[in-house]
Amino acid sequence: MSTTSSAEGVLERLRATRVWRSVFRRGPARTNRTRSLAVFGNLFLHFLPVKVREKSLRLRASYYLGSISFVLFVVLVVSGVLLMFYYHPAVPDAYRDMKDLQFVVSNGVFLRNLHRVAAHLMVVAVFWHMFHVFYRGAYKPPHEFNWVVGVVLLIVTLFLSYTGYLLPWDQLAFWAITVGTNIISAMPVIGKQVRFESLGGNIVGANALLRFYVLHCVILPLVAIVFIAVHFWRVQKDGGLTVREKDGGKKRR
Amino acid sequence: MVEKKEGSYQAGFGSNAKKDPVRVVFITKTTSAKVTGEAGPQLMVFPHLLVREAIAFMVLVIALVGLALFWNAPLEQLANPLLTPNPAKAPWYFLGLQELLHYFPPLVAGIVIPTLVVIALVVIPYFNVNIQGNPLWAGDRKRTLWILLTVILVLTFVLAWTHAWTVLAPTEVIAGLMLYTYSVTPRRGAPTGYLPTRPLPWWVMTWFILVAVVLTVVGTFFRGPGWSWVWPWRSHGS
Repeated sequence: MSTTSSAEGVLERLRATRVWRSVFRRGPARTNRTRSLAVFGNLFLHFLPVKVREKSLRLRASYYLGSISFVLFVVLVVSGVLLMFYYHPAVPDAYRDMKDLQFVVSNGVFLRNLHRVAAHLMVVAVFWHMFHVFYRGAYKPPHEFNWVVGVVLLIVTLFLSYTGYLLPWDQLAFWAITVGTNIISAMPVIGKQVRFESLGGNIVGANALLRFYVLHCVILPLVAIVFIAVHFWRVQKDGGLTVREKDGGKKRR
Repeated sequence: MVEKKEGSYQAGFGSNAKKDPVRVVFITKTTSAKVTGEAGPQLMVFPHLLVREAIAFMVLVIALVGLALFWNAPLEQLANPLLTPNPAKAPWYFLGLQELLHYFPPLVAGIVIPTLVVIALVVIPYFNVNIQGNPLWAGDRKRTLWILLTVILVLTFVLAWTHAWTVLAPTEVIAGLMLYTYSVTPRRGAPTGYLPTRPLPWWVMTWFILVAVVLTVVGTFFRGPGWSWVWPWRSHGS
């Protein structure tokens, strides 16, 4: 009892300081007014509404699949930036850096594993999210535009994963990208040209590695962030998650 | 002050603010971007949603760390353009497409089908059939049955003719289930049960998912040298 109250006392004194108040500009979130301020007075939370329907918080309303996809994206950005410290997008340095991660860098194996497993799971989570939204009928008006944004995000996710696949520059990476980019040349009229542009040459070589690196680490993440922001924003503007009559279930209590 | 012309307000267009009134704000009857949701009991986002999100975040990160500790990311030999592995496989989420490439020409499997899938996904919310959600047999039963039978026959013919067995099998499963719901739906009166009440878009999406999953699993585990069929539990001589 004493520990709780003393901890609360410390927090209380902290909240009263000028520094704390300069940051948060509101009292403790104990009234609905200050709780509202906590959401829309915060840049990172203002994407969220102040209130949500109780039903939309039930697990089966979303299984948190959208949130899970986003968290995986954040984990990928953080682990990816750390990996960039140890990586040179050049041939054959890229492969040597993989070996360094394996044998020289502290926790290098863990870092690469984390990035890889999160990448696979993000593809799974984004697909699952889309199918779940479909089966709930949550694409129906007024959510139709956000569904389209979601399809764009699915494609961006696939491209992010695919461009990252080349970066280790091992046999697996090289031939997966060779197989994939060969398909592009089947495109009528412009196929050969598009493949040349995306690889920076006629074969998967040093130029392709550099292009995929820039796409993977700069362009596609930026595109993803913009569309994720629009996606979140529109969830709120389109009236929140879709809830159905049966989501409440039978009253068990 | 404000001159009204053919039902529209004219204000704030002139460059001389002393002569022309300056538009401060218009209040219109049209709705804003924000849509009012259905009524129902509501909870404050802070703390109810944020606490749940934080718990989901922590559980996910713990699971990720666990996986990253016990599963190793693959790393093969240095890339060698002169040494083609057999088979050369794309990442797992493109193996369904690679399986299609085995049956159809590259233009169809690699360009036309993926493009059609993306277009189909984008237009889903803009077609009334996807919004109304009527059970498949709610309309003219006979007409629906004839259209369905024609589509099934054409698909079966095309897929059998191209020997696309791994596409044909899940297609026939879905076709069989659809015809089964026809047989159990009463001629008059509303259909009951889970499958008979499903609308057309439900069937199309379920068909798409089943085909995609079958193709991906086959491409990942059941394809060996020269894209021949292998059983993953049998070891192959190197």
